Amino acid sequence: MPEAVAARRWRPPPLIANPWLRHGLMIGAAIYLYLAINSVPVNWPRIVMGLERGAAFVAGFLSPDFVSRYDEIFEGLLESVIMTVIATVIGIALSVPVALGAARNLAPRPVYYFCRFIIASARTFQEVIIAILFVKMFGFGVLAGVATISFATIGFMAKLLAEDIEAIEPSQAEAVRATGASWLQWLNFGIQPQVLPRFIGLSLYRVDINFRESAVVGIVGAGGIGATLKTAFDRYEYGVAAAILILIIAIVMACEYSSSWIRRRVQ
Amino acid sequence: MPVTRNAERLVWQRRTSARQWAIWAAWFAGALLVVQCWRLMSENTIWEFVWDAPAQAGDLFVRMVPPAWPYIDKLWGPLWDTINIATLGTLLGIVLAVPVAYCAAHNTSPSPRLLRPLALLVIVSSRSINSLIWALLLVSMFGPGLLAGIVAIALRSIGFIAKLTYEALEEIDPAQVEAIAATGAGKAQVVAYGMVPQIMPAFAGMSVFRWDINIRESTVLGLVGAGGIGLQLDASIATLAWPQASVIFLLILATVIASEWVSARVRHAII
Repeated sequence: MPEAVAARRWRPPPLIANPWLRHGLMIGAAIYLYLAINSVPVNWPRIVMGLERGAAFVAGFLSPDFVSRYDEIFEGLLESVIMTVIATVIGIALSVPVALGAARNLAPRPVYYFCRFIIASARTFQEVIIAILFVKMFGFGVLAGVATISFATIGFMAKLLAEDIEAIEPSQAEAVRATGASWLQWLNFGIQPQVLPRFIGLSLYRVDINFRESAVVGIVGAGGIGATLKTAFDRYEYGVAAAILILIIAIVMACEYSSSWIRRRVQ
Repeated sequence: MPVTRNAERLVWQRRTSARQWAIWAAWFAGALLVVQCWRLMSENTIWEFVWDAPAQAGDLFVRMVPPAWPYIDKLWGPLWDTINIATLGTLLGIVLAVPVAYCAAHNTSPSPRLLRPLALLVIVSSRSINSLIWALLLVSMFGPGLLAGIVAIALRSIGFIAKLTYEALEEIDPAQVEAIAATGAGKAQVVAYGMVPQIMPAFAGMSVFRWDINIRESTVLGLVGAGGIGLQLDASIATLAWPQASVIFLLILATVIASEWVSARVRHAII
């Protein structure tokens, strides 16, 4: 009975069980892809020309030029590091009160909504857009970058810390309160020990996010290595650009390794 | 447990005094670093401009309100481009990330000695460099346009998707893989029936999450010439047309909120 066997062939169950929804989504996706791909203009001669430049860039990566723009690169990286350090400290320090306000189990309703609004506005806009506004307010330079990255850090840290505070074990906090602790003592002994390890982990993770961001805000004039990088690309100096990218990657890797080392010791 | 003797009484302390001193020194060094950084920053800052900031912010607000609503008619095309950059870029990123993840996971990597470090290097490089910088590079190579934006988003997404995928791959249940292998399945069949179903929900979830992040990132790619709504933003700011810029900001806000809602719904349905 080969036919009967063939008819009973097993098929893996699909990801979306409802056949109408599954086929509808597939047809919709196909139509979208057709429209989207057709609306992308592709200039083939320009791409062929670009491939030569791409080869030049890869060659630049193999022989990066650290020397000829040494001063600009050093200055830019120093600014980026300064920006990362200050913005991380300010951002984390300010994120704690915002997080306390944004935790549903601690804050009264009006404070809760206000702090959630701060978090949402810091998270919806890309850093570069915020940087544009801060450059307009504070003028060009590192301070605008510090303000931008601090703001972004508040959004990130406060959201995750608030979620952590909402998920604490309430009986521990209640036990501390039952001893007659004041509000601050209650925070310090009932809540802080429960969220501290993860908070330290997140802060360390934020350090390397902030360094990566500090390389970008320079493109709109907020200081850091980004401005140097943009100049290098505008002048088609691929050797210098490759050197800067290699330095960024190396610093991010160093941050990641040291933070995972610290995290293992803390937790 | 460190205990000190203090006038015939034993006093419990949390740490040994050497450890206490080490912690104090670490805090001191940290504070010194921050103060030094602040000093360097302060030297390069023109503080007059900073004290002026509240006035500048007020000025900016006055100029941005009311938004020039009729301008929104010119923004639907760029918005469509922005969404395409994010979506096509994410798709391209997924296609490129899968083989990288396969090579990077130590339980699937075809050659742990050679390919695995290479795949990890690809992941680190892709993750370290923001999509705006990738766009800068691609625009300087291929000229301005949507294509540069799509490839920039794809290159940045590889690291994110490949990292989370290879971590998911390393945590799969080996018993299921072994069971499939025991039926006499080939290497490809083991992957398709033993591994893919285990990581599929996580993979789909993180892809949608990355798409949501990419929508946000693609709104600014135009600032370096890589297409989308950022081009209009750049033009409006360059000509100091702040009422137009505020329309763009509000449109970006609406788009980001919508994409976040879609991604949250999809992830909720999958996981």
